[in-house]
Amino acid sequence: MTTYVVRRLAQAVFVLWAAYTLSFGVLYLLPGDPVTVMAAGGGDSTSVTPEQLASLRTRYGLDRPVAEQYATRLGHALHGDFGTSVHTGEPVGRMIADAAPATLELTAATLALALPLGAGVALAGTYTRRRWAAQLLLSLPSAGVAAPTFWTGLVLIQLFSFRWGLFPAFGDGSAASLLLPAVTLALPAAALIAQVFAKSLRTALAEPYIGTAVAKGASRFRVHFSHAARNAALAPLTVVGVLVGHVLAGSVVVETVFSRNGIGRLTATAVSAQDIPVVQGLVVAGACAFVLANLAVDLLHPVLDPRLTATGPTAVAT
Amino acid sequence: MSRRPMPARRFASSPTTALAAALVLSLTATACSGASGSSGKAASTPRSGGHLRFAMAADPGCVDPHQATTTDALYGARAFVDSLTDQNPTTGQIVPWIARSWQVSSDATQFTFSLRTDATFADGTPVDAKAVKANLDAVAALGAKSMLGAGYLQGYRSTEVVDRYTAKVTFKGPNEQFLQATSTATLGLLAPASLKLPADKRCTAKLIGSGPFTLDGYTPTTSVELTRRKGYTWGSPLWKHSGAAYLDKLNLRVVPEAGVRSGSLNSGQVDAIAGVAPQDQETLTGQGLSVLDRPNPGVPVALSVNTARPLTKDPAVRHALQTAVDRDEVVQTVLSPSYLPATSALSSSTGAYADNSALLAHDPGRTRKTLDAAGWVPGPDGIRVKNGKKLNLKVILGANFGPNQTVLELIQQQLRKTGIGLTLTLLSLPDYQQARGAGDYDLAWGNGTRNDPDILRTAFSGKLLNLGRIDDPRLERSLDAQAAEIDPEKRAALVATAQRRVLEQGYQIPVFEMASVYGIGEKVHGLTLDSTSYPQFHDAWLS
Repeated sequence: MTTYVVRRLAQAVFVLWAAYTLSFGVLYLLPGDPVTVMAAGGGDSTSVTPEQLASLRTRYGLDRPVAEQYATRLGHALHGDFGTSVHTGEPVGRMIADAAPATLELTAATLALALPLGAGVALAGTYTRRRWAAQLLLSLPSAGVAAPTFWTGLVLIQLFSFRWGLFPAFGDGSAASLLLPAVTLALPAAALIAQVFAKSLRTALAEPYIGTAVAKGASRFRVHFSHAARNAALAPLTVVGVLVGHVLAGSVVVETVFSRNGIGRLTATAVSAQDIPVVQGLVVAGACAFVLANLAVDLLHPVLDPRLTATGPTAVAT
Repeated sequence: MSRRPMPARRFASSPTTALAAALVLSLTATACSGASGSSGKAASTPRSGGHLRFAMAADPGCVDPHQATTTDALYGARAFVDSLTDQNPTTGQIVPWIARSWQVSSDATQFTFSLRTDATFADGTPVDAKAVKANLDAVAALGAKSMLGAGYLQGYRSTEVVDRYTAKVTFKGPNEQFLQATSTATLGLLAPASLKLPADKRCTAKLIGSGPFTLDGYTPTTSVELTRRKGYTWGSPLWKHSGAAYLDKLNLRVVPEAGVRSGSLNSGQVDAIAGVAPQDQETLTGQGLSVLDRPNPGVPVALSVNTARPLTKDPAVRHALQTAVDRDEVVQTVLSPSYLPATSALSSSTGAYADNSALLAHDPGRTRKTLDAAGWVPGPDGIRVKNGKKLNLKVILGANFGPNQTVLELIQQQLRKTGIGLTLTLLSLPDYQQARGAGDYDLAWGNGTRNDPDILRTAFSGKLLNLGRIDDPRLERSLDAQAAEIDPEKRAALVATAQRRVLEQGYQIPVFEMASVYGIGEKVHGLTLDSTSYPQFHDAWLS
């Protein structure tokens, strides 16, 4: 178990480093730099000399060779210092810390809605004997996965906020303002859970032990919800790790549509401003969240399924 | 000095905008119709109090007026700082504000401001000559960190504190545009205490100004909060009422989606919105909400010509373009009534604008004649050819700027009728900047906002960045002369000559005047737009 944890941690460190390096490479390859974007975004009537722009680049170290920029930034990052935003001058760590709670709240609310919904659809869809109901329920997930998040968000906003006035259209810190964005993200998340859970339920229901349970006189309900569901639960649990990544990615769209503060908005703003320190910080923070979620899931696996400790965990790929 | 030509940036700029707009149209068509008349009409007497919620499109990023560059950042900044002068939006005339009067040396290198003595910053310190010096020195020290200020203070030498309420600003060369620059929020006055903060900290700090509102705080990506300044009595004479602002509080919220902004206004969740997309405008007015709009002063949205390229080097091609574009059709089919067809090298809301609509009339017959005479003959595919070269021009435009692409596709069709081909190249903003710098284009789509005709010099002078690669001593003479002319009438005459020259030589093919369009809820009254088309909140009140 210890070697397993050590190996997983080493993998996690590698993933973080790779994410950091890759994002640096991508940002570096983009045309222009933060100063160009500032000059362009500032726009209209500015008349700044090339010399003034050059001195600004020097100030941010953007005139240094790329290898040196990378090494310096990585060195600081290893000490937990991601620098300050080119745009606002705020320390990156604080910007992320300020934005994180809103997104964590959104993630928690999303999972709280998505898990019962997804599991419910899968259980009901596999339990029902009415063919049309099963077909309807089991085709919902595909629709849910296919609907674009921003479209769902806008439809919900139009109906529940603009037309019926039930919820605020933008984040104001209240619980009411959390519901629509959470539902928007929960629908595709629930769909994913339902898809995976329904499939593993069907597999479980075909296992010989189900026949044994039925032969021993267990009710159909008991067989389905107790025997099969417990064994089938491992697969959707694996997906939860992936879902954290989905929600983080989805927050970029949802936080924009619902005008919420958070990691997603910060990402969108920082990327469009090519605010390299902020983007780098966000990539590392996002990778951390993803790695931690998957690590937690991986460590839970052997607890739920003793067979996995015996053979070594191979079931999970992140 | 360089011009930063901007692809029309006050358009809503999100890829989801169009869909949002479509949804608003389809879903709210039945909701909330027949509301009472537009704002201000039913207004009785102004009353104090209330909390105005204003939705803007983008995160300000920085609330420091000196460093702020985007429209959205300047909404808040404009409300908490005062300026030395103000500018009449109708006449372009510079009027007193913090400066009671001023004198400009005959060569436009020295500006002596005599300040009013009753103004104070929100921390109680006086707005005096020392504070003016501290501010101008601070903006100059920011260099390119003050993208707008760097241009306004070009050639800045020093500010001298002549006496407690007299400040003398000196430049190395003639700089008449500085007077108008003193009316902008960019050169607005911050308390010396705020200027002591390092530049990086000022962006998110609780800056202290002397304006009608005080800054309570800025929460990045979310909002800017302001409160009325009690005892404020030194407002601009252009404002309708003297004394403190009517509104208790002002909340500027970031709502990135255009459709969500208009929906929020319509459902009463905000009181006013910025950045109304042309496609949303009709829906809003149809729902009884009013629209407040004003053409942006400065250089209209135009095709800026790169005169160093083989095809556009030919004056005949440039002349042909000028008459081939049907500006009225562009405005009527793609934009909204808030947008006006361009009638000169400056937009009609700019001081010293001169009407040149005769030069810009749509006349395809004349385009054909011009091209025929210059030896451009229609080729097999309809595009004209000369010496084996096809008349196919490369246009670059910035990515994601609302109807820009649609406008250019229409112009593409219009030009094709006269045998001119256009190839549209959509670029990201940094790509666009780079392409302009490198000169890898025939025509560049963009505009520039500033309410001083000196923007023509920024755009077309061969001595500055000169993105159009223009070499025209005649134009240069009038541009230089206007920068040193302190008599408004004489200056306007020089500027008129320059506008005409730019259009006659076809250095710029102006198409339409960019507009600032705001949606206003029923409860809001008294909101007006200043000379650079920013909302002026001091006179605004809620019923």
